[in-house]
Amino acid sequence: MRPQETFGHDVDLQSPAGVELEPTPPEKTPKSARQIVWTRRRRALLGVWRTYKRNRKGMAGLLILGFFLVVALVAPLIASSEALEVTCECNGPPFSPPSLDFLFGTDNFGRSILALTVWGARVSLTIGLLATLIAIGIGALVGLTAGYWGRWPETLLMRLTDWFLVIPFLPLAIVLASILGQSMGVITLVIGVTSWPQTARIVRAQVLSVKTRPYVERAQALGASTWHLVTRHILPNVGPLILANTVLTVAVAILSETTLAFLGLGDPLTISWGRILEFAFNAGAAGSGHWWWLLPPGFAIVLVVLAFTLCGFALDEIVNPKLRKR
Amino acid sequence: MRRYVLGKVLQAFLTLAFVIAFNFFLFRVVPGDPAALLLRGTSAFNPDTVEQLQEDLGLNESLPVQFLIYVQDTVTLNFGESFFGRGAPVAEVIGHNIWPTLLLVGTSTIASTILGMIIGIYAGWKPGSRFDVGSLSATLFLYAMPEFWFGILVLMAFAGGVGPFPAIFPTGGYETAASDLTGIAHVVDVLNHLVLPWTVLTLAYLGEYAIIMRNSLIDIMGDDFIQTARAKGLREKQVLWRHAVPNALLPTVTLTLLYLGFVFAGAITVEYVFSYPGLGSLTVQAIDGNDYPLLQGLFLLFSAAVIVANLLADILYSYLDPRVRAA
Amino acid sequence: MTILSVRDLGVSYQTQGGAVPAVRGISFDIGRGEVLGLAGESGCGKSTVVNAILRLLPQGTKVDGMVVLGGNDVLAMRPGRLRAVRWTEASVVFQGAMHALNPVQRIGDQIAEAMVIHGQASEREARVRAGSLLEQVGLPPRRLNDYPHELSGGQKQRVMIAMALACGPRLVIADEPTTALDVMVQAQVLKLLKSLQRELGLAMLFITHDLSVLVEVADRLAIMYAGKIVEEGPSREVFDDPAHPYTRALAAAFPSIGDARFRRNPSGLGGDPPDPQAIPSGCPFHPRCPVAFDACPTIVPDLYRAGDGRRAACLLVEGALVDAPGAVE
Repeated sequence: MRPQETFGHDVDLQSPAGVELEPTPPEKTPKSARQIVWTRRRRALLGVWRTYKRNRKGMAGLLILGFFLVVALVAPLIASSEALEVTCECNGPPFSPPSLDFLFGTDNFGRSILALTVWGARVSLTIGLLATLIAIGIGALVGLTAGYWGRWPETLLMRLTDWFLVIPFLPLAIVLASILGQSMGVITLVIGVTSWPQTARIVRAQVLSVKTRPYVERAQALGASTWHLVTRHILPNVGPLILANTVLTVAVAILSETTLAFLGLGDPLTISWGRILEFAFNAGAAGSGHWWWLLPPGFAIVLVVLAFTLCGFALDEIVNPKLRKR
Repeated sequence: MRRYVLGKVLQAFLTLAFVIAFNFFLFRVVPGDPAALLLRGTSAFNPDTVEQLQEDLGLNESLPVQFLIYVQDTVTLNFGESFFGRGAPVAEVIGHNIWPTLLLVGTSTIASTILGMIIGIYAGWKPGSRFDVGSLSATLFLYAMPEFWFGILVLMAFAGGVGPFPAIFPTGGYETAASDLTGIAHVVDVLNHLVLPWTVLTLAYLGEYAIIMRNSLIDIMGDDFIQTARAKGLREKQVLWRHAVPNALLPTVTLTLLYLGFVFAGAITVEYVFSYPGLGSLTVQAIDGNDYPLLQGLFLLFSAAVIVANLLADILYSYLDPRVRAA
Repeated sequence: MTILSVRDLGVSYQTQGGAVPAVRGISFDIGRGEVLGLAGESGCGKSTVVNAILRLLPQGTKVDGMVVLGGNDVLAMRPGRLRAVRWTEASVVFQGAMHALNPVQRIGDQIAEAMVIHGQASEREARVRAGSLLEQVGLPPRRLNDYPHELSGGQKQRVMIAMALACGPRLVIADEPTTALDVMVQAQVLKLLKSLQRELGLAMLFITHDLSVLVEVADRLAIMYAGKIVEEGPSREVFDDPAHPYTRALAAAFPSIGDARFRRNPSGLGGDPPDPQAIPSGCPFHPRCPVAFDACPTIVPDLYRAGDGRRAACLLVEGALVDAPGAVE
């Protein structure tokens, strides 16, 4: 019997999400092993969704995220991109507080802060998500390799991870960004490269625990290839954990981008929420009491980070049943 | 125990060595002439200074020799000359700005930790209570908020004065400029300038410590020996403070020391917001001025501080936990 | 004289899925110097009984009935009086001494704490007495300064026993004190418990799932199933000649070498204990009972008289269906 056709233990029957799987209804008996696997996976996902729906903070987070996603996507409908230009005719008097024409007031160039904030959503979210992908990619790879192969690769990689964890994030990011230059790509890379150690640690720990489970040992004894073991056994059990960690990492990535932009390391050609705050602060908004300039981008950041964090917590609870009781 | 400590000290040294090497290679890896890179965009950029710098850094030598020169420089605290302050040695410039940061970060970390732990204890003691839910929500909110934004708002409200908020604090700095205050008056003046940045920094991280302690305590409360203590006839308060808290303290103490890296990040931006003349403001100035020697020096200092803090955390933990002490 | 008197004790946990009745009406007495063994599979409610006696159950748990200790009902006591009674009238030797001791406190301090809390000794005196307690359980007094992790499993259990004796209680509740130990260490700890019990004239409630242990230690046995007592009587008689089918199965699960019965009929009871939220109708044991008949799912058996000083909750007990219910001795 070839490992691929082994019935019943591709994924832990108690799915990694800890959700009970229902038995296949007799009328719809699937025909092949692959169909069985996919039916089971689909059921598991639906089960996860159902559990997630019951989680109040998770749903709150999802709602907020949905709102911002929509805002970012329909930005051109809310304000034309010309409104970002300093010389746009649509600009109003500089430093004016909120009014009917300009709901969030205007900045030092008379630009609508509403327009800035709405368009800034695109940049901040994009950088956050892309940087996270890089971080998770590196982290998962390192964690998987270290956990699966053990011995000296593990020691080496975990040493590297520990070293990176110790180095304080902001000074490192500052040094990297100032050398490599200021562009969206650099910022994304810098954040990605400084955020992977957390993920690597978590992934490795989970891989270690999955590796020793009986069905993995059995598959190994049956002669399964490394590829098969990793893709069919280890990944499905590490995946949910990585997902929860990813969502939380996005929150951190967005905060990091904001900080770097505020300090002047952001891409001079794009507007992100951090950059709006940079302009505002440099133009003396704090001393002059221009609260309308400072509040919208800040609140946007808080809400988005909060949303990702809530979703991340909710996913964490689903994946790690120990946390549910808290 | 001694072997454990020695092992940890060795690890710390290795990490430091890694950071130093990393610092070196960073500037060599980027394409182009490192000397030109170091001087790029500064007023000192001309063929003579570039050549001089190439000499100093030994760029005409082979790479391993360069590295040796670099290590030697580092060990003798020769980080080159900063362009800020017109050529003053980096070490001196850093030395100038270190005390305000120590004051700010030191005092606020202590306050953060103590307040955070107390909140965490009361939240973890009655999970699900209004206090618990309330403090968790507040913590979440503070976590999602960039600390510098919080700082700007506080600055605007209490130093600039806006709307209903009174302007009762100075808008920045370490002390009132060009004043000759001494003794108590000086201390009061410094404290007056410290209040706002200190509050921002303390509140920004208080929540994390609270959550760590809360979760640690909840974990402990599920342990069997808590039941034993109750069965012996102790009051709930005694069970909490004599049995639960000492056990919950262990991971909390070490985790808080490990957070120092984040506190530094916050200090950089908060000092900048409040024009507080410490290492943070210095860093931002270095960024603006492309002052790479200074940046390198600062990076090394921050990293070293965090490495030392981690080491202290490990040693402290091994001292507090009798199970590790015996090992 | 009776040290502990439990009447109609009922315990129901509040969970997200509704109320879970772990104990559904238990009554027993323990007299001075008497050892009562309480046996049953895991999940039958034995540990709940332990926690109920000293009111150590989590908040929100519903407790009915009476637990009379030293003349007063524990369940009706004010918190102050309850705290005073804990450990001085009755103490507990918890199972899994691995984690029942505070890992960051020296064991001498933990033993002494009990005495100091109850005002029985000053700190210094308490330490001295802790030392002599350690000797009583077979440990050298210098180990007072040790931390729990420096002791082996058996030694930790001895410390728990010493701690339980600290305030001179008249009743000691031993909650599975040997379960987590190796067989050899088990025997030592049992021997210790027996000799201490005899020496000090302690009343004991000994909880376990291992019947063979109880036969040695207990004077009387009570067997629990699904939150109720299904049989009780003198331990030797109950073990040798069980009246209830469940007891029979339990006793048979622990083969004795040389006993021909076990060679021919290795037993094992199929099925699982019932879910407390879904207890079968009539006699809760009937789904697993090898001798169940048609009346079993319909009638809830009382504890019928099954011999001198013995009772069993089974319809097959002689005269059960004829005798008026509640005709017990």
